[in-house]
Amino acid sequence: MRKFGLLLCGWLLGAWGAHAAIDPELLKPLASDDSAVRIDAIAALAQASPEEALPVLKALAEDALAVAGGRMLRVEDGRVFDAASNSELRPPPAGLETIGINNRVRRELSAALAALRLFSAERPVRWQAAQEVTLSADAKMLPLLDKALAAESDPEIRNRLQLAQAQASLGSSDAAVRHAAVRTLGESSDPRVRQLLIPFTEKRGEVWVEADSAVRAAAGTSIRSIEQRLAWADHLGRAFSGLSLGSILLLAALGLAITYGVMGVINMAHGELLMVGAYSAWAMQSVFRAYLPGALDWYLLAAIPVGFLAAALVGVVMERLVIRHLYGRPLETLLATWGISLFLMQVARTLFGAQNVEVANPVWMAGGIEVLPNLMLPWNRIIIVAFSIAVLVAMWAILNLTRLGMFVRAVTQNRPMAGCVGVPTGRIDTLAFGLGAGIAGLGGVALSQIANVGPDMGQGYIVDSFMVVVLGGVGQLAGAVWAALGLGVFTKFLEGWTGAVVAKIVVLVFIIIFIQKRPQGLFALKGRFVEA
Amino acid sequence: MMPARTPFIVRLGRSFDARSWQMAGLFAACALIAVPFMHLALPPDHPLHLSTYFITLTGKILCYAIVAVAMDLIWGYGGILSLGHGLFFALGGYAFGMYLMRQIGRDGSYQSDLPDFMVFLDWQELPWFWAGSDSFLWVALLVLVVPALIAFVFGYFAFRSRIKGVYFSIITQALTYAAMLLFFRNETGFGGNNGFTDFKRILGYPITAPETRVVLFALSALALIGTLLLARYLVTSKFGRVLTAIRDAESRVMFIGYHPLWYKLFVWTLSAMLCAIAGALYVPQVGIINPSEMSVANSIEIAIWVAVGGRGTLIGPVLGAFLVNLAKSWFTVSFPEYWLFFLGTLFIVATLYLPQGVVGLWLRLRRREPPPAAAATEAKGARA
Repeated sequence: MRKFGLLLCGWLLGAWGAHAAIDPELLKPLASDDSAVRIDAIAALAQASPEEALPVLKALAEDALAVAGGRMLRVEDGRVFDAASNSELRPPPAGLETIGINNRVRRELSAALAALRLFSAERPVRWQAAQEVTLSADAKMLPLLDKALAAESDPEIRNRLQLAQAQASLGSSDAAVRHAAVRTLGESSDPRVRQLLIPFTEKRGEVWVEADSAVRAAAGTSIRSIEQRLAWADHLGRAFSGLSLGSILLLAALGLAITYGVMGVINMAHGELLMVGAYSAWAMQSVFRAYLPGALDWYLLAAIPVGFLAAALVGVVMERLVIRHLYGRPLETLLATWGISLFLMQVARTLFGAQNVEVANPVWMAGGIEVLPNLMLPWNRIIIVAFSIAVLVAMWAILNLTRLGMFVRAVTQNRPMAGCVGVPTGRIDTLAFGLGAGIAGLGGVALSQIANVGPDMGQGYIVDSFMVVVLGGVGQLAGAVWAALGLGVFTKFLEGWTGAVVAKIVVLVFIIIFIQKRPQGLFALKGRFVEA
Repeated sequence: MMPARTPFIVRLGRSFDARSWQMAGLFAACALIAVPFMHLALPPDHPLHLSTYFITLTGKILCYAIVAVAMDLIWGYGGILSLGHGLFFALGGYAFGMYLMRQIGRDGSYQSDLPDFMVFLDWQELPWFWAGSDSFLWVALLVLVVPALIAFVFGYFAFRSRIKGVYFSIITQALTYAAMLLFFRNETGFGGNNGFTDFKRILGYPITAPETRVVLFALSALALIGTLLLARYLVTSKFGRVLTAIRDAESRVMFIGYHPLWYKLFVWTLSAMLCAIAGALYVPQVGIINPSEMSVANSIEIAIWVAVGGRGTLIGPVLGAFLVNLAKSWFTVSFPEYWLFFLGTLFIVATLYLPQGVVGLWLRLRRREPPPAAAATEAKGARA
């Protein structure tokens, strides 16, 4: 330790980067047989000249440091450099003897390397290094951390470094230093820091691990505040996955909100329209892979109109051939559309096989945003939430701002009257059903990114989507939106307590009871209706 | 108002005409005498010998026919389409399956007093709801009471809130789906996804013996005849008239002074109990019960048996159950990949072109040529 301190003083006195070359005496102990000596040497080297030490230590970590004739040599791409002066040796000397390192040395080495990278000019490198350092900081690195902190201007990295500094001071023999460190660590929201602090509040046998009671108390406070923050992140994470589930339910149910909610047609084949959309995404992926491999990442954008049109086409055919003849007979419609759903499922099975097909996420949907150390929001979920909002807005606009939407609303409110003033009610029915089916197709395209795509995929969504529409109330979109989001968030929070299956059962039972109390759903249309 | 009440047995006798009684008698004779004789007494190479496959398949379809008649009572006569009948069927099956599991005794793979799946889950004793499941009578009571209770409570709240039409269909579907998820869990205590299987004996008799099979077959046939008699009696009684009136114009019936709740609730609960009996007869014959019986698709399939046969007639559902299920066993053996095409088309064709099912089609064809003798019967069934 004393030697280390001396070296540190020397380094602090010397100007930053003043050494053009490394003192060969500093390098020699690296080849020692004693691990302790080598570890000290690594620390000394790092202190003495951070910039020059970096390539040498890197080489050591990669087993590319060798000894020949008492000289330290660095091997890079088959060329040999003198480690001290960094000049290339030509011809390479014979009898190179690589320096091997054991795990203990390797651990110290990687910590030292991380510490050295703290001085890098590039922010991402420094950020990465700061994160690594936080995990492995110990008392030996304190001086380096102090120096790095003094040079650092980025607030985020500074924050990290302060944590690392506090962590490194945890082992200090001075109770006041430990106390300050424990309190600083309380500002973290990293579960690993919590793990680190827990020993400070525990007894080993009869003796407290931490002798000082003030430090113990501070550690307890810090742990609680970290846990509070963790719980927050946990709740936020649940809320987000609830939002995400809600947006999926919404996408699945929005089409139904038109066909059932507005037109009053029970479409049990709705899940299969989702399937048509999902298979369109798969088909576009195959087309892009075969003909436009360069633009493969953008197949999803092409799948959106294709999925809409394919599902809308199926919907229009269904309406023309079957549903048209069953208006006013909802129970028969239910059975006939169930028949259509079986038919479509078997068509998919015959055309594409009974196995699930593979739909890959485009690169731009991979990864996510790390909001908190234990809260990661994946991009594909975020994009689906945004997509469902976009679809919702588009649908609202179609229904409320276009002529078609006006006709649809007119036909829903009073069919004979709409017919009297010249609205082609039959064609409007077909178009509205096609629109609802097309929106189901869009939902399917989105689902293909997060769920399995196979012939049976639609079956899983049919009960859920009906629950959303029934819960929301028939006749408008707002109900479906609130019901989908409410169900999504409610389910996810319940899952935290009870597990997924029980949560689902509870939600279904809740809806059944809710419908008894409010048969018209959350949002009932105002007005009086005489039942037929 | 009738001046003096006709005795029940006379009313029951009058609810069928002479020809129907003859048909019922003939059917009973076939099921109770001819079939057992042809299966047990004739040697296997005799041309009239009935195979085990035939007995099992027909016995199974007889159970389905009971379910179809039960469905017809609530849908054809009450106008309420239930997508939850698979639940009651499965509950009856599970209740009786508990008895069959206990009858295995120590012959299971683990030689324990507990059913195998409980040993597998490391349970030390039977859960409370298995208490008494080794008694046939108690289980027979459970078969009737549990589904009836669930149907009654659910129906009471649903009908009281005047939930009807598609809404009712959808929430019964949700109920069945929730129950299926529940039964899929191992912790529920009904064997998780595997359900109950590997039965050994029933009332001490080996369950796979030909004699046991024949007895179960005959019991199923008797149960079907009983169901038909009861249903016929109900729909021709005053109760049946009010029920069909509720189906056709609920508000008007209410304004006249009837309370539809109790009529609907009675027929709904009765229908659930009939399904449960069918389920209890079904399980020993097929030798397995698992949660997939409660799947959404199964319950909807029941509706198509009734729709194909003819709603609002009593022989229609029986015919429909036989036609669809025979077609199913033929397709799934010969062309498995076309079965869903066929079933899907059946759903569409039956709803679009056969509003009264094959019975209605037959009556329509007959009416066109010979004098319309059947029109009166049909009118009675279709609208009261």
